[in-house]
Amino acid sequence: MTTLTTALRAPVTVNRRIVAAGTFIVFGLIDIAFGLYAHKGDATFALSVSGAGVHVPSIHAPASTVAYALGAASILIGVLRAFLDQPPWAKRLNIGLVLLFFVVSLLCWAYAGSAIPLNAVNLLQGTMNLSIPLVLGALAGCMCERSGVINIAIEGQLLVGAFAAAVVASVAGLWLGVVTGSLAGGLLGSLLAVFAIRFLVDQIILGVVLNVLASGLTGYLNDRILVTHPNLNTGLTFNPVKIPGLGDIPIIGPIFFDSTIFLYITYAMIILVQVGLFSTRWGLRVRAVGEHPTAADTVGIRVLATRYRNVILGGLIAGIGGASLTVGSVGTFTKDMSSGLGYIALAAMIFGRWTPLGATAAALLFGFTNSLQATLSTINVPVSSFLLLMAPYVATIIAVAGLVGRVRAPAADGKPYVKA
Amino acid sequence: MSEQPPASPSPLSAGATPADGGPPAGRRPGASFSRTILDAVVEGSPAVVTFLAFVAAVVLGGLLIAFSDTTVLHAWSQFFSAPGNAIAQAWDAAAAAYSAMFEGAILNPHTVAAAFHGGSVGAIFYPLSQTASDATPLVLTGLSVAIAFRAGLFNIGAAGQWVGGAIVATYLGFGVSLPPVVHVIVCLLGGFAGGAVIGWIVGELKARTGAHEVIVTIMLNYIMYNFLSFLLGTPKALQQPGQSNLISPPVAASARLPHVGGPPPQVDAGFLIALAAAACVWWLLARSTIGFRFRTVGANPSAARSSGMSVEKSWVLVMLIAGGLAGLAGAAVILGPVQSITFNSYGTYGFDGITVALLGRATPVGVVLAALLFGALHAGGTTMEAATQVPATLVQVLQGLIVLFVAAPPLIRAVFRLREARTAGLEAVPKGWNT
Amino acid sequence: MKLELTGITKRFGSLVANDHIDLTVEPGEIRALLGENGAGKTTLMNVLIGLVQPDAGEIRVDGKPVVIHSPKDAIAARIGMVHQHFMLVPVFTVAENVTLGLEPTRALGLLDRRRARSDVRKLSERYGLQVDPDAYVEDLPVGVQQRVEIIKTLMREASVLILDEPTSVLTPGETDDLFRIMRELRAGGRSIVFISHKLKEVQAIADTITIIRRGKVVGERPPTATDTELAALMVGRPVQLRVSKAPAQPGDVALDVRGLTVPGEHEAPAVDDVSFQVRAGEILGLAGVQGNGQTELIEAVMGLRPAIAGSVLLAGRDISHATPRDRLRAGVGYIPEDRKEDGLVGDFSVADNLILDVYDRPPFASGIALDLGAIRKNALTRVDEFDVRTTSVDTFTETLSGGNQQKVILAREIGRDIKVLLASQPTRGLDVGSIEFVHHRIVEERDRGVAVLIVSSELDEIYALADRIAVMYEGKITGFRAPTVSVEELGLLMAGGHDDGWLAPADADEPPTAAASPPDSATQPGGAASTPADAPDRTEPAEPS
Repeated sequence: MTTLTTALRAPVTVNRRIVAAGTFIVFGLIDIAFGLYAHKGDATFALSVSGAGVHVPSIHAPASTVAYALGAASILIGVLRAFLDQPPWAKRLNIGLVLLFFVVSLLCWAYAGSAIPLNAVNLLQGTMNLSIPLVLGALAGCMCERSGVINIAIEGQLLVGAFAAAVVASVAGLWLGVVTGSLAGGLLGSLLAVFAIRFLVDQIILGVVLNVLASGLTGYLNDRILVTHPNLNTGLTFNPVKIPGLGDIPIIGPIFFDSTIFLYITYAMIILVQVGLFSTRWGLRVRAVGEHPTAADTVGIRVLATRYRNVILGGLIAGIGGASLTVGSVGTFTKDMSSGLGYIALAAMIFGRWTPLGATAAALLFGFTNSLQATLSTINVPVSSFLLLMAPYVATIIAVAGLVGRVRAPAADGKPYVKA
Repeated sequence: MSEQPPASPSPLSAGATPADGGPPAGRRPGASFSRTILDAVVEGSPAVVTFLAFVAAVVLGGLLIAFSDTTVLHAWSQFFSAPGNAIAQAWDAAAAAYSAMFEGAILNPHTVAAAFHGGSVGAIFYPLSQTASDATPLVLTGLSVAIAFRAGLFNIGAAGQWVGGAIVATYLGFGVSLPPVVHVIVCLLGGFAGGAVIGWIVGELKARTGAHEVIVTIMLNYIMYNFLSFLLGTPKALQQPGQSNLISPPVAASARLPHVGGPPPQVDAGFLIALAAAACVWWLLARSTIGFRFRTVGANPSAARSSGMSVEKSWVLVMLIAGGLAGLAGAAVILGPVQSITFNSYGTYGFDGITVALLGRATPVGVVLAALLFGALHAGGTTMEAATQVPATLVQVLQGLIVLFVAAPPLIRAVFRLREARTAGLEAVPKGWNT
Repeated sequence: MKLELTGITKRFGSLVANDHIDLTVEPGEIRALLGENGAGKTTLMNVLIGLVQPDAGEIRVDGKPVVIHSPKDAIAARIGMVHQHFMLVPVFTVAENVTLGLEPTRALGLLDRRRARSDVRKLSERYGLQVDPDAYVEDLPVGVQQRVEIIKTLMREASVLILDEPTSVLTPGETDDLFRIMRELRAGGRSIVFISHKLKEVQAIADTITIIRRGKVVGERPPTATDTELAALMVGRPVQLRVSKAPAQPGDVALDVRGLTVPGEHEAPAVDDVSFQVRAGEILGLAGVQGNGQTELIEAVMGLRPAIAGSVLLAGRDISHATPRDRLRAGVGYIPEDRKEDGLVGDFSVADNLILDVYDRPPFASGIALDLGAIRKNALTRVDEFDVRTTSVDTFTETLSGGNQQKVILAREIGRDIKVLLASQPTRGLDVGSIEFVHHRIVEERDRGVAVLIVSSELDEIYALADRIAVMYEGKITGFRAPTVSVEELGLLMAGGHDDGWLAPADADEPPTAAASPPDSATQPGGAASTPADAPDRTEPAEPS
């Protein structure tokens, strides 16, 4: 095995220090460019939502000055990165700061002199809502891949979850809709499990084929049934639930504690999957199966059963994510409405290095980009929102190209386990 | 490694012969021809498995047609009082849909009858020409996925490469003026180049950094979709003047692909280009040193390296070619039937290409046959939707089911009670994220 | 605990791996299971621990029949195994690996890491195993990993321990440590099944030796049995331990490696400033326990792995920056260590595998077009010449036996015009007949004037082939010796015991990395590889020949 992996190691290595420093400096220069091209005047950032109990005063920032300062700071970080040896946490902090500075400069530029203030709370609320299916999808990916089964079918699982939830919610109520959506995801998960584990089909191919199938099936049923029977696709949605007390905290409350039930389910899932995988007996065994199934087998762990269970559990989680697309958000099902979210969730999982917390952070980052794009498209910014929509994908390519550190999948991920 | 049992043919590793058209896999010596055929049937040779997968998909699709039909469902709610009626209704619904599909894809008996009564003879061939036209981009994207597959790469990015090719072809099609024949050739070459660039990025990233091509291609798809929208939404880029919609100007008449044979039984020149491309890919894979290198890299990259082949250069080159083929598909669609590109012109060509390549077992001949099958389903699907209100999206379900069954020969064997075979399955090259 | 196996039979297709095997292991006994590669030892043990289901036969523990369907059953029957390829999760800590499957937990299934740690520490101390429970397994040397495996079985209170080829990854010193641990375990009443194909080790540690050949038990002997007797039983006929070969006629330096340094996985380089020369017409045997940089060294010489310092000269020409392709072209033949992984494409035909590194040269290609006729003709000739047993040249190589696969590689590599042959573990896993064939062919190449570098972790092979021996330890060459050197001395070098001094006082002033053989090599036929006149070559660039 070592001969294989090392022999295939890419012959050209990227000097990470130079690339990282260079990237930071480029970001700094872009920040400064934002300052140069900003309209005169302040950018206003509102920090409360309308109707909030406590009103937090808005921030008025001199747009150009702020952008210049942040740009200079980014360049400084780049220079320090090039010439100092830094611990890993500092490197990560660098990336975070440079990205934050970039976003603030961008907003300063976009909102400089604008009559409409940017509502930061709404922006972050949007981030949370858009992140829900991504986080749940990425958690589903973690569940599968930590046990050694690659899950490219997250996209399909979201889609069937969304479809089933919308239809059943229309007929039998919202809660049953969520449960059915989850079950539909689980059903696709069990297909994935059977074909991958029992029939040893290549898991990447299988995932793609299942996505084609899910898209075809929901699209067909939509065209055939939902279009002619709108009563099956009524568009019921959950109402937001404000957590008493927590929900009234300024800024934080509306972002984290005043949303539909799906946000709270997501919190629970993040904790369950993270603690489950990394602090319990169950998780240790799952990870052993994903890393070295034969070793797990020799100590009496049932490899195939573990994989079946995890892949199906993952499907159930992704199904909830799918349900959030319909009954947690827009209500009605439309064809191919997952529109690549499953693939972004997959990317978030990889970006997050197969850990639930990392995947969540990555999903939030992607959710933020989408939310930002949605916000910017409402004001007249002379830059195409489509360019902004590319950002998560570009970021993922940069991540897998190893420019922000090596990502290592579970060793047995994607490899079927066959006994002699 | 001391005592390992002899390598039993894994369902994932066997399958394609070393070279299509090359020497066949070790056939038992002395087996007679008829014996070989018989074995192929009872053990489920790739061709038999493919056929049975098709049958299984059609049956499941038929059930789906029947049981999403309100009349049928109504009849089944009274199953116990009139079981015959319920079954007949279900059968009728499925049969009507499938026969409409057949008429749209292969042959419509009415046109034959009409021809005997002085109607157009050409009209008989209309469904077939439609099938060929629908198969054209599928052959090309299928080849794109297949050739990468043979070199061990899973190209999920044919969609993005399609967009890359289509953008360049469209731009050259309306943006420059050239003499008729030259213009269309330039546009086709531009399409190839546009796709090749996108494919090259994938190969280069994989070769230099080890970035997994599946992730990179998925991401590039969405990047290209958004890039297309960006161009179409930016005046002076690709947007049609005076339009607020995301649509390009139509390509010039000189850049359009001609029809061969004249209307009405017509063959789009694109189809001939696709067949030529398939022939080139076949020669490249089976008869050239480059193809030998691709196949070695795909089957065992470590051995390829030890034999002095550059695995990395092969990845770059094969992705360049794969991207080019997908780009050519984009050009063929824009210069052929569509003529203007819109924000969603890419449709499902890329993912169809994956199913085509899988069904065709990553061989050029297989790809052409699979593309014709799926092209027929597409052509028939449109007719079916018009005639019976069964949505054409059924085709995607059928496609997914066929490939799913093809990918799992043990399942097909279990369903059809075939004997265990010596060889089986799709050769699966990519395994896991860690190369 | 008394373990009895009766009539164990296991078939894989047409191959009978175990044929009615009977074996009884008494409590407190070290039982050696001696057999060639492929004799069926590992299959038998996999049956015992539930990884493989037997087709027939019975297993009894203390007289009571037990059914072992899974490793879980084996654990319940108190049978534990230390596998040849460790069953450890590299990214887990020692404590996690040891407790996997019987993890101590707190409420809600949460892991009790503190207890796991202290449990491991207790066991480790009781048997003097010296293992840190918090270390990650991937960071540990293989010797320590093996001790982790032993702790794993002890944690499961195994009464019978099966050690599968445990010494193949150890230095002689580490092997002695292992034997000490084994004796300690025996003293504690445990029985041990020690699987090996090394006569010396078996004689040193076993109470009784059971010999297996072709899936059958062919005899039981006390450890006092002679080498010759055991070897004859093991291979079924008297073995000629030495290859008959004429004294080497070394010519000019063909391969000159100078100061080669190759980065390793961790901080220490895998190959550390290694220099040596191989002359035309001689065989240099590179001995050493596996994992001491031999693989990396060969791959770096082939250009498959980047070197950070040093140079490689082929017949005086610097090829340090040449691609693997150019090195092959320049006249290097390469028999890789892992033939299935690096040497062959399993689902290519024999014919295609025979042209893997010459596919784009005449007569097999003109321009970019392949000449299928020439490829086929070549295959027919080579198959005949190298006695490759295959139904046709179109057969996939993955269906061939290991020996025939190696013949295909050999035919490809020495069928070309080569100056240097690099052969890594050329006979690993082969049957005796194939080993003899391969050895014979390699010596023939030497006699044709090819410079041969053999890497082998089998000392027998080194002794049989080498005209000169170099020993590698932790990335460095610890010494060069004539093939008359004693096993003890080689063992010391393999364990990093530094060169010379008290062992070979004659050449104490020779620097450790020097390429020269000790002066006594002159007394050795075939070992007279270098003479004092060579010395300047090492400090000055060799003249192009």
